Amino acid sequence: MTPDPDILVVGGGNAALCAAITARQADASVLILEAAPKPYRGGNSRHTRNFRCMHAGPMGVLSDSYGEDEYFDDLLKVTGGKTDEALARMTIRRSEECYDWMQAQGVRFQPSLSGTLSLSRTNAFFLGGGKALVNAYYRTAERLGIAVAYDAQVRHLAFADGRIAHVEAEIDGQSRRFTPRAVVVASGGFQADIDWLADAWGPAARNFLIRGTPYNRGVVLRDLLDQGLHSVGDPTQCHAVAIDGRAPQYDGGIVTRLDCVPFSIVVNKDGERFYDEGEDVWPKRYAIWGRLVAAQPDQVGYAIIDAKSLDLFMPSVFPPASADTIGGLAQQLGLPGSELEATVAAFNAACRPGVFHPTERDGLATDGLEPPKTNWARPIDTPPFYGYALRPGVTFTYLGLKVDATARVQGPEGPVDNLWAAGEIMAGSILGQGYLAGFGMTIGTVFGRIAGKEAAAHVA
Amino acid sequence: MLHETTQEARRQIEICNACRYCEGYCAVFPAIARARAFADGDIAHLANLCHNCRGCYYACQYTPPHDFAVNLPRVLAEARHQSWADHSWPRGFAPLFDRWGGAIAAVLVLALALIFALAQALRPETGEGFYAHMSHGLMVAIFAPAFVVPLVALAVSLRRYWRAVGGGRPRLADLRAALVSAGRMSNLSGGHGEGCNFEDEDRFSNARRLYHQAVLYGFLLCFAATSSGTVLHYGFDLPAPYPLFSLPKLFGLPGGVLMCIGAAGLAWLKTRADRGLGHPGLWHGEMGFVLLLFAVAATGLALYAATDHPAAGPLLSLHLGTVLTLFLLTPYSKMAHGFYRMAALMREAELQRQVDVSKADLSA
Repeated sequence: MTPDPDILVVGGGNAALCAAITARQADASVLILEAAPKPYRGGNSRHTRNFRCMHAGPMGVLSDSYGEDEYFDDLLKVTGGKTDEALARMTIRRSEECYDWMQAQGVRFQPSLSGTLSLSRTNAFFLGGGKALVNAYYRTAERLGIAVAYDAQVRHLAFADGRIAHVEAEIDGQSRRFTPRAVVVASGGFQADIDWLADAWGPAARNFLIRGTPYNRGVVLRDLLDQGLHSVGDPTQCHAVAIDGRAPQYDGGIVTRLDCVPFSIVVNKDGERFYDEGEDVWPKRYAIWGRLVAAQPDQVGYAIIDAKSLDLFMPSVFPPASADTIGGLAQQLGLPGSELEATVAAFNAACRPGVFHPTERDGLATDGLEPPKTNWARPIDTPPFYGYALRPGVTFTYLGLKVDATARVQGPEGPVDNLWAAGEIMAGSILGQGYLAGFGMTIGTVFGRIAGKEAAAHVA
Repeated sequence: MLHETTQEARRQIEICNACRYCEGYCAVFPAIARARAFADGDIAHLANLCHNCRGCYYACQYTPPHDFAVNLPRVLAEARHQSWADHSWPRGFAPLFDRWGGAIAAVLVLALALIFALAQALRPETGEGFYAHMSHGLMVAIFAPAFVVPLVALAVSLRRYWRAVGGGRPRLADLRAALVSAGRMSNLSGGHGEGCNFEDEDRFSNARRLYHQAVLYGFLLCFAATSSGTVLHYGFDLPAPYPLFSLPKLFGLPGGVLMCIGAAGLAWLKTRADRGLGHPGLWHGEMGFVLLLFAVAATGLALYAATDHPAAGPLLSLHLGTVLTLFLLTPYSKMAHGFYRMAALMREAELQRQVDVSKADLSA
């Protein structure tokens, strides 16, 4: 079996691979322990599609420029200030050099996908998406002589005297003990552990769907926090969006998202509206609905549209329920018919004439309705009518390990001598709240490279 | 006609349309993104547009064991094959599509037997080169109908296909676009020019693209050789055999060599590629077709090498037998893919032109 490597990398997604490749290129021997079997390798990275990249001028597929201050402002807006400015600015500055480095490791970019024009300046899309990126990195890792073990679950990192003394893992059902000279943990958050989510959020979390990998169960994170290493991020919070209620429990990924909310009314299981569906434009509106639906009875909502709006948003993977009457639609969705009819009638009566504009806030608002719909308020009156069930889909959790600018994990007596962290497991240091499209991959790439370089310097 | 294959292809294409991560790989995904609903003709069009580069399979987060079980290269290969059978004419020959390997073997045996028998029975008393073994008149009597009749059948089939996918009046500009795409095999470039994921899982390589072009251009050169020979024969009263520095030889020799290299390469790649990402039931038939192409080229070259040698007689029969098999099966074998592919590329050019026009209308 594999001898002890210089550096053990825990995790097999983007951050782990960036760390492993960087460390190996600095001549350290590296072993990657990926908890998932090979077909599911790559953690949540396999579901991603782009990374947000600072650039001073047109660069590859990125148009115009996207400077540090604008990037940081965008981050401030979504986090409401819950970020570490120094770490965040460093991440942003170093995102620019990632573009070429990623290409050199085999990642290929493509112009922003149809339906994502708003991101063409800020986000570089991976050709084929995140799994293609992960494949390219594994190819490079293989070529460099990095050892990879799949089905390799790390159970315990023994923390003693300010350093990680050894690592216990189970590989293919066999117990293994490693004594590497340095460890990089890049094993993601804990969102796939529903019990932990329920402890943190409350029993409602049992009705949440997990958008990404079922392998991010936070085993390593909990193990390290239990041993007194420092945490960042709100332990009770997760990032959730409203997704198609028929999505699988895990791994539904991008195709389960629903962009129809602004053109709809959203009701709860009692057939009542509960929030302004026309509040803002994509992607802001997209992120708030997970939380809103989570607060409704049984954590379920229903977006109702009519024939006029069906072609205005990206298709979902599941066809909508449809009927020629609102009552018929209610029956199909299992909603109380008379309540839904009354809600739709009240909404229709509150709609005012005006110019509808699907791609920007058009001010077409309801009058005298509570809650109001402040944009895109058109009567739902053209059959057939369509309905989608919505449920909260958890993307990631915020709780993580506290790191410094060298990605070193912080313990009770200062930095841990031989432990670095990258990716979702430390992203809470920078992203304390909300989400900025493509920023998770930026954090993973920047900190993965830093962690790999620092760990390699430590063992050199 | 409602096919399970078409239904399954539709299910997977709708998943792709909700994802769109693969838009950069080839023409199939931008074509998917144009629509929300997919009629049977749309599925046939997408299936024939797919070059089976497999980039999307290895990039896909929904491949088995995921519940969504997406395997687009395979289901489109199955739908493609289905569309050829559906539109083939005469209808009675459609079952050949399910028995490619057997059909090639059976027709080959019959063609060889026929040619050998005719060469034996009607051996000319005089004649130079291969005409010493079979007269020009007899060759024309066999091959003119063997060439023309299958092409007529194919033309009828393509017409039916063109109607099913909703194609309009064919335009020269669309033909040009299709020729450029096929000439460069753009859809096997992977979008980044590094090729496809065929013989070694997710590693990109241009091997298949290059071997395919060797076969394609080799075949065209061989075709040019035969055509130039015909022109020389009838137009200039210059019958075969031709010297090395003559059009038929200058086209035919490199053509034959290219075909041999390309077909051997494709056969080798095929042994390495994952059979589960194509139509698994057709593997042997496709392999048989590639080997038939190799045999056509190799026997042609051998025949030239054996000029004035006693082996020339049997080699001529071998060569003519393989060529006859290739011709006869053109509408009902893998050979048809080139014609359907050209139709799909033309239809795609037409659809893109219509999108461009409607965009221009909007901005006007």
